[in-house]
Amino acid sequence: MPTVKVNELSRDDLFWQIEYDTHRCTFCGKCVASCPFGAIEAKVEKRRKVTSEGPTPTPKVEFKTIPIIQQVVNTTNYCRGCGICEKVCPNEAIKPVRNPDDKFAMKIRGYTGNSYTRGGRSNLNSEDRSLDKIIVGRISQMTDPSLDAQRHTFDMLAPLGRILPPEQLPFKIKDNKIHLTEKTPPVRWIYPVIIGDMSIGALSCRMWEALSIATAYLNEQAGIPVRMCSGEGGMPLQLLKSKYLKYSILQIASGHFGWNRIIDAMPHMEEDPAGVLIKIGQGAKPGDGGLLQAKKVARHIQEIRGVPKADLLSPPNHQGLYSIEESVQKMFLSFNAAFKFRVPVAIKVSASATSVSVYNNLLRDPYNIVGGFFLDGVFGGTGAAHDVSLNHTGHPIVSKLRDCYMAAVHQGKQGQIPLWAGGGLGMTGNLAADAIKMICLGANGVFTGKLMLQLAGCVGNDNGKCNACNTGLCPVGICTQNPVLTRRLDVDKVAETVVNYFIALDKEAKKILAPIGNSSLPVGRSDALVTTDKAMADKLQIPYGC
Amino acid sequence: MCRIGAIKSKKYLHPSKALYLMRSQQKGHDNSGFAMVMQDLGGMFEDYKNLPVLSMACTDEGVNLADNILSAEGFTRVMQWTPETNYSEDLIIETMPQYVFLVLQYPKTYKHATWEEKEDLLVSTRLKIRRALEKEEKGFVYSFWPDVLTLKEIGDPKDIGTYFGLWEPNDYFKAKIITAQCRQNTNYDIVRYAAHPFFLQGYTALANGENTFFEKNRLFQKSLYKGYVGFESDSQCFLYTLHYLNKILKWPLSYYKHTITPLPYEEIIRREDKDILLKIKESLAHLEINGPNTIIGVLPDGTVFTCCDSKKLRPVVIGGTDETVVITSEVNGINEILPERNWDEDIYPHERETVIINNDLKVEQCQQ
Repeated sequence: MPTVKVNELSRDDLFWQIEYDTHRCTFCGKCVASCPFGAIEAKVEKRRKVTSEGPTPTPKVEFKTIPIIQQVVNTTNYCRGCGICEKVCPNEAIKPVRNPDDKFAMKIRGYTGNSYTRGGRSNLNSEDRSLDKIIVGRISQMTDPSLDAQRHTFDMLAPLGRILPPEQLPFKIKDNKIHLTEKTPPVRWIYPVIIGDMSIGALSCRMWEALSIATAYLNEQAGIPVRMCSGEGGMPLQLLKSKYLKYSILQIASGHFGWNRIIDAMPHMEEDPAGVLIKIGQGAKPGDGGLLQAKKVARHIQEIRGVPKADLLSPPNHQGLYSIEESVQKMFLSFNAAFKFRVPVAIKVSASATSVSVYNNLLRDPYNIVGGFFLDGVFGGTGAAHDVSLNHTGHPIVSKLRDCYMAAVHQGKQGQIPLWAGGGLGMTGNLAADAIKMICLGANGVFTGKLMLQLAGCVGNDNGKCNACNTGLCPVGICTQNPVLTRRLDVDKVAETVVNYFIALDKEAKKILAPIGNSSLPVGRSDALVTTDKAMADKLQIPYGC
Repeated sequence: MCRIGAIKSKKYLHPSKALYLMRSQQKGHDNSGFAMVMQDLGGMFEDYKNLPVLSMACTDEGVNLADNILSAEGFTRVMQWTPETNYSEDLIIETMPQYVFLVLQYPKTYKHATWEEKEDLLVSTRLKIRRALEKEEKGFVYSFWPDVLTLKEIGDPKDIGTYFGLWEPNDYFKAKIITAQCRQNTNYDIVRYAAHPFFLQGYTALANGENTFFEKNRLFQKSLYKGYVGFESDSQCFLYTLHYLNKILKWPLSYYKHTITPLPYEEIIRREDKDILLKIKESLAHLEINGPNTIIGVLPDGTVFTCCDSKKLRPVVIGGTDETVVITSEVNGINEILPERNWDEDIYPHERETVIINNDLKVEQCQQ
C-alpha cells in the first residue's frame, strides 16, 4: 500500500472542487477548451469491474480504460470556481462546487512562501453592509406633497471642481446686477455617478471600449451626462484627440503611466477632458501601489503606456511628495496649469482614519485648486492585490464619508471641495439606492467600478468566486489582454447593458427623490435617512428607528 | 399648513387689520397662536424711530435679567409700553407674566459710533438677553431694533387679540408694515421662538410649508453669522438666507430667488448671466430650499416681497389699493380687509416669480 501523502496539496484543500458526471459527459471537450486556468484536463481512468454470472459466484475481473475530465490539483492551475465549464457544457455534466472545508489560502502560502494574491474585493464581512441598515425614511405624507417621479423634472447634476465660498466670489454689483470680475476655478456639472477608475490594462481593451461607448451614448443620446475615469495608464490616442474626451476624467497615479502620450496629445486635443484625478490611494488595497502584471502588458498596452513588456508597478506613494501642502503646491498646481486652469483637478484617496485630516487640509488650501475629494472604501475592487490587503486593510466608506462631510460642516466649508464616494457601492445591484443614501450623508456624487464589470458579465463575487482578475486569464474577457479570451466579450452588448443600467438607475434615483419631495439632489439631507442600528445612528448622526 | 399675511400701507394701520386678515383664513390654520412683527411704527412709537425697541415676553425675573444686561451695556430707558391686558378664564391663551416693549437710548459710548457698530451692538445684546433668559427659563426676546415691535403668543388668535385688546383700532399702536401668522409651530415643539414672523436686523420673513432642506440649510447657516441661532423652526432658514444675501453679501434682492430655488443647470446654461447663476448655484448650494413653500419677506428699507418654491406647491396672492397692499395665503383674507380694491389686479405669482412692493406701493414682478 502506498504511503498517504498528507503533506501534498490535495483536492480536499481546494476552494472549488469539480463535480463531474461521467455518465452525462459526451466528451465534446468544450469545458477543457474554455477553462482559462487549465484547472481541468482530459485524462483516462482505469476502471476495474468484477462481475459474476450464474447461480454460483464465478467472479470475472474486467479492466476498462475510459476517458474522463479531471480536476488539476496544484498551486497554479487550481479551479477558481468561475463556472465557465458549466456554462459551456451541453449536458450539465460538470460544475465547480464550493468546498466548505478548504484550506487553500493557508496552504498556498505554505507551499510557495509567497503572499496569496488575487483580484476582486474584500471577501470578509462583505454581506454586512451598513447601507443596507439605512433606509430613506422621511417620506412626505401630509406635511408636504410627494412629487411624481414621472411627471416632475429633476435636476440630477453634481459639481466637480473647486467651489468658492460666496465671500470669495469675484462679484461686483452694478445697476442692481452682479457681474463677474475675474476668472473662477472650473466646475463641471455632471451626473452624480462616475464610472471608474479602471485602466485600459487592468481591463481588456474591449471592455474599456465598451465603457467608453456607453459613456458617449449616455451623454449624446440618453441625456445622462455620465463621466468615465480613465484609470492610470492613459487612453488611446484616437480618443484623446476626439470630441469625446470631454466625457473622460484623466487619471494620474504614482506610476504616471500613459502621461507621455497624454502630454504629446495635448496640442491636438479638440476638447478639454472632464477632469484630472490624481490617485493617491485605492480603497481595496490602501497603502499599496498599482500592479499590472507582465502577462497583461500586451502590445497595445505597451503602446499606450509607452513601456516595455514587464511588470508595471506603481509605487505606493507619489515619489517626492511627502506632505499634503507639497502635493497641493506641486502636483495640483502643475495639473491645473497644464490645462491652463480650465480643467478641474481632483484627488482620490483610500478611506482611512486620516481622511478627515487630509480633507481638512485641502479645504484650507489657499490656492483653491483641489476640485474634488474622491474617497474609496474598503469594499472597492481591484485587478490585483494581496489577499491580506484586500481582506484586512481599509476603512468602511459610509462613516468616513460622513466624517469628512461633518468636518467640512465644522469649518463651515461644506460643498467647497465636492465629495465623491465609492468602494463597494451597488454591491447588491442597486446603485441608485446606495448613491442617494450617500448623497444624503453628504456626498455630492459616487463612483462605481466593479458593478460595471458585473454588468458586463463578470462571474466573480465577494465570496471567493473567480477573483482571478490578477491572472490575466479572466474567463469572460473583461480583465485580460489575451486575444482569445477578450473575444468572448461582446462589446456592443456590454455597452448596451451599461447604458440600460444607467437609464434604470436614473429612474430609480427619481423614485427615491420624489417621495422625499426633492427635485434636486439632497446633499447632506441626513434627516431623510433612518437606521435600525443605534450605534450607526449615533455615529452617522442620523435618526434611529426600530 | 400655515396661513401667512403681510400688510404694507402708506398710512399707519392698527394691528386689528392683521387679525381680520388672518381670521378669514382660519380654516387653513389651527388657531394655535398669533405672532406679528410691526415695522415703521406710528402712534406712541412714532417719535422714537431711531431708537431701538426691545420686544420681550417674560417673567418678572426675566425683566430684571434683561435690565441688568441692558444697564451693563450702557443702554438707558426712554419709554416703556406695557399693553393693557384683559384676562378672562374663557380665553384660550398661554400668557406670560410680562410683555415688555421698551424704547432705549444707545449707550453714551456709542454717541459717535457708526450704524454698523450699533447694529452689531443690538444683535449682541439681544443674544445676551436671549441666552440669559433661556438659561433661567425666564422668557423670550423677539427683537431689539429701531422702529420694530414683535408680539408672539400661544393660544387662539381671536382670544389673543381680545387679551391684548387688539380688535379695537386706536391711534397709539400702529405701523405701516405688519406681518402676521396665526399658528404655532406644529411640526416641532410649540415654542414661542418657533412662531413666524422671524426678525433679524431689519429683515423679517414668514413662510408656510416645509423646508425639506432644513438640515443642510441649518448646518450651513449656523457658521455664517452669530445671529443665526435657534432653528426652532425650519422656516427660520428663509430669514437667515435673506439676511445673509442682502445684508452680509450685499446682493440685490433678485438673487434671493436664484439662491433658494436655483434654476436647473440646463436652463442656466442658456442664459446670458449663466456665469453668475452657476457660481451662485455652486457656492450656495446649501441654501437651496426644495419646497413646498411660500415666503413673505420685509427688507430694512420697507420693501416687502413674496416668492414661492420652484414647484409652486403653496398658494399666495397679492392685492391692493393705492394706499395699502396685502400679501397673503388666501384671497379671502384680502377680500376681508380690502373689499374695495380692483379684484382683477390681484396677482397670483408663479414658481419663478418674485413680487416686490416698494415704499410707493409700486408692485414689481421679477422673473427669475
